[in-house]
Amino acid sequence: MANQHSITIKAGGSEKDYWKDLWLHKQLLWILSKRDLSVRYKQTLLGVAWSVLRPVMTMTVMVFVYSYVAKLKADPGIPYPLMVLGGLTIWTFFANTFTQISNSILINHNLVSKVYFPRLLMPLSSVAVGFVDFLITFGIYIVVTIFFQTPISWQIVFLPCFILLTFITSMGFGLFFAALNVRFRDIGQLIPFMVQVGMYVCPVAYPSSLVKGTWYEKYYNLNPLVGIIDGFRWCLLGSKSYFNPQSLYSTVITSSIILVISLIYFRKKEKTFVDHI
Amino acid sequence: MSVIVAENISKKYIIDHQRKNGSSGLRDIVSETVNKLFRKQEKNGFTEKEEFWALQDVNFSIDKGDRIGIVGHNGAGKSTLLKILSRITEPTTGQIKIDGRIASLLEVGTGFHPELTGRENIFLNGAILGMSKGEIRESFDAIVDFAGVEKFLDTPVKRYSSGMYVRLGFAIAAHLNPEILIVDEVLAVGDTEFQKKCLGKMRDVSESGRTLLFVSHNLTAIQALCNKSFYFEKGRLIDQGDTTHIVTNYLSKVSHKSLEKHWDNIESAPGNDQVRVKSFKLFPEYQDDLTHIDVRTPINFQFEFWNMVEGASLNLSMHLYTFTGECIFNVGTQAENFSKGLVSGTCEIPGNFLNDGSYVVSMMIVKDTSTVLYNMEEALVFDIEDYRENVTWYGKWPGYIRPQLNFSIRQTEHVVND
Repeated sequence: MANQHSITIKAGGSEKDYWKDLWLHKQLLWILSKRDLSVRYKQTLLGVAWSVLRPVMTMTVMVFVYSYVAKLKADPGIPYPLMVLGGLTIWTFFANTFTQISNSILINHNLVSKVYFPRLLMPLSSVAVGFVDFLITFGIYIVVTIFFQTPISWQIVFLPCFILLTFITSMGFGLFFAALNVRFRDIGQLIPFMVQVGMYVCPVAYPSSLVKGTWYEKYYNLNPLVGIIDGFRWCLLGSKSYFNPQSLYSTVITSSIILVISLIYFRKKEKTFVDHI
Repeated sequence: MSVIVAENISKKYIIDHQRKNGSSGLRDIVSETVNKLFRKQEKNGFTEKEEFWALQDVNFSIDKGDRIGIVGHNGAGKSTLLKILSRITEPTTGQIKIDGRIASLLEVGTGFHPELTGRENIFLNGAILGMSKGEIRESFDAIVDFAGVEKFLDTPVKRYSSGMYVRLGFAIAAHLNPEILIVDEVLAVGDTEFQKKCLGKMRDVSESGRTLLFVSHNLTAIQALCNKSFYFEKGRLIDQGDTTHIVTNYLSKVSHKSLEKHWDNIESAPGNDQVRVKSFKLFPEYQDDLTHIDVRTPINFQFEFWNMVEGASLNLSMHLYTFTGECIFNVGTQAENFSKGLVSGTCEIPGNFLNDGSYVVSMMIVKDTSTVLYNMEEALVFDIEDYRENVTWYGKWPGYIRPQLNFSIRQTEHVVND
């Protein structure tokens, strides 16, 4: 009797059906995402309001410090708060998903040691929370745009591409650290630090036109986040916002390479998660 | 027809013997690597790696509808086998062909989120165990009913009592409809009422022609549920077959813990210049063809010692303890005067008196009914296995002793219907 549930277990045997298995477990992906979302603000007083408060407060502080105190300027014709909020929206999306992906295996350690499913589900489902936060922050951005009476550029049609690129980049970095985190808990210490430093390295509080023409520009553009953040702003604020297409090429290439390497590493380590967790 | 065929399954673990405790951090690895770089000739100083075979060359095939009990000591490889079958970890060598939808219950309530309500957790846990949303919805009422948590469906499970938590967890698993069900020692939790429910449910599963793999230390439950059994020892499947045969074989190996101690040489025997112990032995009067002690078996003790003081007034005092150290009883002989030479004492514990469990015996030699000359502590250790007839309840029998008393019921009045 042929059975659709027939499987063969052997060393390295899970390779063949991995992607099929992942597809069969899509419902679990949805449920795990829903779980993460619904437990997010349990037993908090302000609840979902936190998702609004945090970006608003961060933006206010950054505008005050960088614009009024440090006298940083946005590209001509763009209000500084809009530039910061635009950069912050996409940067926070990256930082959150990257952090959550990196911790996803450890957080779900009780599942890892007791049930089988393709482990890739855990990093994938952990993106949901970051994405919902992103949508909220984006909503705030729209409100602020109306306040500054800045028209939204037609280039907004390219926005989904940049969101996808952010997702690919955070997966690329996150998967690698998620697998490494199982073996070395040092990663848990490293990640908040990386996110903090990353915010200065990336053009969040300043436009990358400041880097234009410097000797380190080409190294600067190697950072896949530069292309993403500049591109994201370009979509929203139009051509007035500085965007060097060269940084986009490097984003696509670097991110893809990192994702492939991380995926291979993750798949290789996945089988031994249970022995180290 | 075989639904599971395993060929040459082995699983190797590498154990790091570390000088430090805890999991090895990045710093350890770095310093180890640096050490290696600079002192190539030196033997790997930081961690010693040792191979450990949790399973070795395991072969078996399981037919559709078989109910397999898996017995063996802790560390015999039972859990590793279940983990491989549930695909949580891969075997190092060999392969297993599985034909049918498989579900494994290695823990009750896997993935329950404390902040979520009972209702939400049913869907979450069901999905984790591999049920589709439709299947969960179909059996939702049955699950709630089985667990008895209707009133608390919208309460976060962190507010559940541990009993409710376990009941809900098992209820979900019990309504999985796999063709092959793998169950690890889940009966260790929960009260007896709940255990009864679980075993009943598992019997339903097996009676409906599905295949069951069941690991438990509760041999009575295994005997009641399983028609065949596997016996694992040190990672090898050393025996398989009919459950009664396997359980008997297993018990005969575990039971002889230390049923006998004797010393031929008076000089080296334990004791002092007044008395020295020659031997302490336990003789079970095995019933039928048994080769292990169960609750029905009468047990005889024989204790021999050399008396080296002419005319000493001596008596023996025997303590019986549970394995955890509670004293069950203390019995003593009458004191008598003995001349130099061998003295022997015997004691019989009747059958149908002690409950199943592990017991420890100690023997005291007492002078003038007041002075302890020698106390042989933890002299013998023995196990009594469970046995029941005409009972459909398989939880642990409570109590230290299980005597058969004159206890009966009869009808004393008939109500005649008009």
